[in-house]
Amino acid sequence: MTATTGNIPSAGAPAHLVDEENLEETGTAPAKKLGFAAWLAAGWLTVVVAAAVLAPFLPLKDPDVQSTGTPLLAPFTGSLLLGADANGRDMLSRLVWGTRTSLIVSIGAVGAAFLIGGLLGLLAGFYRNWIGKVLASLFDILLAIPALVLVLALVAVLKGDPTADQALPGELILIIAIGLVSIPLLARITRAQTLAWSQREFVMAARAQGATDRRILFREILPNVLPAMAYIALLGIGIAIVAEGAAALFGASVNPPQATLGTMIDAGRNNMDDAPFVMFLPILVIFLTVMSLNFLGDVIRNRFDVRESAL
Amino acid sequence: MKSDPAVAVRDLPVDTTASHDLDLPAIAPGEVLLEVEDLTTTFSSARGPVRAVRGVSFELRRGRTLGIVGESGSGKSVLSRSIMGLVPSNATRTGHVRFAGTEILDASAKTMRGYWGDQMAMVFQDPMTALNPVLRVEQQITESLHEHIDITKAEARATALQLLESVGIPEPKRRLRMYPHELSGGMRQRIMIAIALACGPQLLFADEPTTALDVTVQAQILDLLQGMQRDRQMAMILVTHDLGVVAGRAHDIAVMYAGRVVEQAPARELFAHVRHPYTEALLRSIPKLDMAKHTRLDAIGGRPPDLVNLPDGCKFAPRCPHAQDRCHVDDPALTADPAMAEHLFACHFPVSGVGVGVTVPVAVEPPSARPDPEVQA
Repeated sequence: MTATTGNIPSAGAPAHLVDEENLEETGTAPAKKLGFAAWLAAGWLTVVVAAAVLAPFLPLKDPDVQSTGTPLLAPFTGSLLLGADANGRDMLSRLVWGTRTSLIVSIGAVGAAFLIGGLLGLLAGFYRNWIGKVLASLFDILLAIPALVLVLALVAVLKGDPTADQALPGELILIIAIGLVSIPLLARITRAQTLAWSQREFVMAARAQGATDRRILFREILPNVLPAMAYIALLGIGIAIVAEGAAALFGASVNPPQATLGTMIDAGRNNMDDAPFVMFLPILVIFLTVMSLNFLGDVIRNRFDVRESAL
Repeated sequence: MKSDPAVAVRDLPVDTTASHDLDLPAIAPGEVLLEVEDLTTTFSSARGPVRAVRGVSFELRRGRTLGIVGESGSGKSVLSRSIMGLVPSNATRTGHVRFAGTEILDASAKTMRGYWGDQMAMVFQDPMTALNPVLRVEQQITESLHEHIDITKAEARATALQLLESVGIPEPKRRLRMYPHELSGGMRQRIMIAIALACGPQLLFADEPTTALDVTVQAQILDLLQGMQRDRQMAMILVTHDLGVVAGRAHDIAVMYAGRVVEQAPARELFAHVRHPYTEALLRSIPKLDMAKHTRLDAIGGRPPDLVNLPDGCKFAPRCPHAQDRCHVDDPALTADPAMAEHLFACHFPVSGVGVGVTVPVAVEPPSARPDPEVQA
């Protein structure tokens, strides 16, 4: 299993299911079969993303409208496909809208971290002087703070006084908090890759042709580092979804009644005995989504990683 | 290859041979382009200063080729990179390097960028690692064109096409769209040469350009380099560990040992009258066709000195069959042969050169399996 994560630290993400895929990747044939599991993962992600994007246009009930008539309605029994939660809100609608918010938060956070952390990582890996040293220690310091504690603290600070008019929307607060925590992760990976690629002779060759640092960094090194960054970002989206869930359990997610997958789990905890589906449905969505992301990430990484051996 | 190298330079859509970023005087063929004076390069390391280049001086005229020969660790690659200024930050250089009369040793990296690629370029040893694996050939060639010359995309593309044709690459249009891994080793080295020549440099460094290549394509690449050098009247520094590579291809040869030039002469003179025992030993170690079967190769015993703790006296003395007491205390200076002013050597007890009787093979790699020097010694 360790072989599948290879030279890229997996950032604590589970590496799994990829061994048979790996064996197929030793060849250099241009057309490679993705495999059934990969299609399944891609299919699930497509459904999830499509549902999240199209949520306003789907014939769904308002996710926040409560109905006293149908609290904790079991799935497949009444008029609502996936039942209702303790407040009688349509579970299907809340799942779709909750996924939407969770995805906005996680993609936004990782996207921001990808840009900022990626840039800082490139600079830290390329400049071996004080710039690189300062940046690298900065990443280490940020990584030394427990991520969840930092997220909770950031959310608390950004939310400010709960009675006052909230300055920032809940999604943005989460994006900032989770994004800040993800920056050193992405920066570290990018830095490690940049360090390795900067030593390569083609960088020296480009310099010998009069290329500027900027050109070397963005035209020569970045394209080589990008696959690793994309792989970590893909895993990062999964981690961010889970992080939102963790924050929600501490009440540090968006304000009710807005749904996220995390707040749904949090709300479902109260009915774990009589209606476990309220909690386990969002858990299932998180589980499948994160697993699909990790799996696809591995597949993509394996595909792009053969370049070295093909040389 | 069917294409004639002479076509390319004249027919390029833009004049790539002019000095673009710098205001440098034009150096006519035959005039001195590069002057290196007492150049030293020292790397700071945990073990102490590594003196990789120790006081190298030479002149190179436009249109001439200087072959720099030496074994691994003799400082020949560091020398060429020191001249270009492509040394890591832990290296200190002293001395003078004048390019077209301008001192460039202490120039900033920003100034040097105007020289790199445009005025002086380098063909690297291993085209596998010196090409970017994720960029198409076209991008890699046009990159430096855009860096130095105000040129449109279409012009750059046309220039790249011409360059590929001039370095003898068949189907250049198709190759432009390819990635390095889709090309053979010889093809990649031709691409490297095309990249180096893109902006029409006046000085070309070829740093062991054939070491990583198949024996069958080595001669082709060397011929190509020689043709390009002649055609464009460039000055060329051909760095190699193989005397056979420079024989017949370099006008002058400098033999390096432990960071110093120990013998320097016009090629013909050097092979005719070897004076330094190290050069003689190098020549002797080349296997000859008329040797009897199972002749033991005449390898040089011992190993090159540690560049951190250099011995006193002549650095070759510990391995030299002619060494005497004086050699171990007194380092000989590089002086001219009384009989031939152009022939320089650094030796107290030079060999006569008579009887070496070497017929140097041209561009044929000596067998890589050298006998264990310990056994020989």
